[in-house]
Amino acid sequence: MAEIKQISLFVENRPGRTAKVAKTLSDAGVNIRALTIAEAGDFGVIRMVLDDPEKGYKVLKENAFTVSMTDVLAVEMKDSPGGLYEIVNTLGQSNVNVDYAYAFVTAKAERAMLILRVDDIAKARRVLGEKGVKIATREEVQAI
Amino acid sequence: MSGYWDPHIERMPLEDLHALQEDRLKAIVRYVYDHSAFYRQRFKEAGVEPGAIRSLADITKLPFTRKVDLRDNYPTGMFSAPISQVVRYHVSSGTTGKPTVVGYTKGDIETWSESLARALTSIGLGRGDVVQVGYGYGLFTGGLGLHYGAERIGAAVLPIGTGNTERQIELMMDLGTTAIACTPSYFLHIMEVAERMGVSIKDDTKLVAGVFGAEPWSLETRKRIEDATGINAYDVYGTSEISGPLFTECHEKSGIHVWGDMFLAEVVDPKTGEPVEDGERGELVFTTLHKFALPLIRYRIGDLSILTNEPCDCGRTHPRILRILGRTDDMLIIRGINVFPSQVESVLMNIPEVGDHWEIIVDRKGPLDIMTVRVELTESGFSDKIGDLMGLKKKVSKELKSVLNIAAEVDLVEPGTVPRSMGKAKRVTDNRKV
Repeated sequence: MAEIKQISLFVENRPGRTAKVAKTLSDAGVNIRALTIAEAGDFGVIRMVLDDPEKGYKVLKENAFTVSMTDVLAVEMKDSPGGLYEIVNTLGQSNVNVDYAYAFVTAKAERAMLILRVDDIAKARRVLGEKGVKIATREEVQAI
Repeated sequence: MSGYWDPHIERMPLEDLHALQEDRLKAIVRYVYDHSAFYRQRFKEAGVEPGAIRSLADITKLPFTRKVDLRDNYPTGMFSAPISQVVRYHVSSGTTGKPTVVGYTKGDIETWSESLARALTSIGLGRGDVVQVGYGYGLFTGGLGLHYGAERIGAAVLPIGTGNTERQIELMMDLGTTAIACTPSYFLHIMEVAERMGVSIKDDTKLVAGVFGAEPWSLETRKRIEDATGINAYDVYGTSEISGPLFTECHEKSGIHVWGDMFLAEVVDPKTGEPVEDGERGELVFTTLHKFALPLIRYRIGDLSILTNEPCDCGRTHPRILRILGRTDDMLIIRGINVFPSQVESVLMNIPEVGDHWEIIVDRKGPLDIMTVRVELTESGFSDKIGDLMGLKKKVSKELKSVLNIAAEVDLVEPGTVPRSMGKAKRVTDNRKV
């Protein structure tokens, strides 16, 4: 199964940088599904799930951004108390480390989507699958 | 490997070379005394007459000259030849003070070209080569100096000057440029633009040699350039006061040959002015032995280096200066510690996650000097985990500290944000009020 490709960008912490990212994607007609910014003082890392990651990667690179593609998991969680716990507890018990995670709510709003970067993506997929957690496919994320 | 331009002179036995230097030293000292009011006055103040110079060792009896003398005697007060014999002027930019004017007789231009003809031959260039001169033309000596030197050996010169980087790359391909002369920082920029244009310098051009100078650069930068492009990168040295670019490394790449029949190089302790031992570091001092419009006697160039008289494997007997560490006036004093930008460069160029362009910013906060080194993150150095990036910052900072002995702040910046230069790179911004 094709993994979901997250786009990560290195950006300096100065006015207008995030706007430039958004404008570049918007001009290319690429839609942002989920986004998070991790900041560390004078710089930060923007992580995004896009409807068309290959195109997004290409246009950002053409605009001289420092950009990389990372495989991540998108798992559905119940949009109710305990939804997150079920997932991270499963991973923790199986000794899978979560490097970072961020969540968004889908348009249908019945379910929340959790984006996970883990150190062992195949194992995470397996142990979550055994618990009956639904893992979104690339097509599903694109179609949101 | 490559031949010699003037084998008789270049391989002259040291005793013969010293005898020639001695004759020329005596002659030039007599010449400036007779023709320049400035030198006559200087020598009198120092209590020395031309007749007192009987051997090479007597040179230490002569007073030093400095850039400030050229400025104080602006524009032509230090000249020895009548102005009617001057066929060319070059003028320094005056970025660190009043400009300095250098004049050349017809013979001086010949000597200058001859010096570079020997140098360019020693790196294997000659007839059939295409030399792209990417140094500035005009008042700056770089462009015209290399131009005349390359023409003299029968190479085809492409006098493109600085800037117009895409055109540089197009012409390099179209005309089959085999050697380029420019500042190393500008060449790094050319490499960057070539990559953006989808041009591989290694595969799509005939470039085999670079003649890089006019600013200090490190062995680590040489390695980066050579690894990325497959060319041989040679150091070229000279300053406008002693003509312009004059000397290069030979194909052995182990020091810059200073033509002893034209120039007498000494190395002195920058503080005391006393000569240092052969092979010890100090400030370069040049006496021009065969230059007549503006001869310079014991001129304190301000560059720090090491001089060696050991013969080179290439067979040339003339002394060599090892890599230029920096200029005394490029040296920063941060919290009382001497820091050369070239030291910073050699640290950074050893760290693959850091790009080719960088700068130093110095501020004063209260009583404390703060040195910030801004480095560009490379594509391959980018990890989207914050911890990795913080780790990289720490690594750069730690390695700087181990070499400089002072702590430096490290800023990771996006590629393309550090200013690019076409000529001499401006690596340092010192915001401290002096």
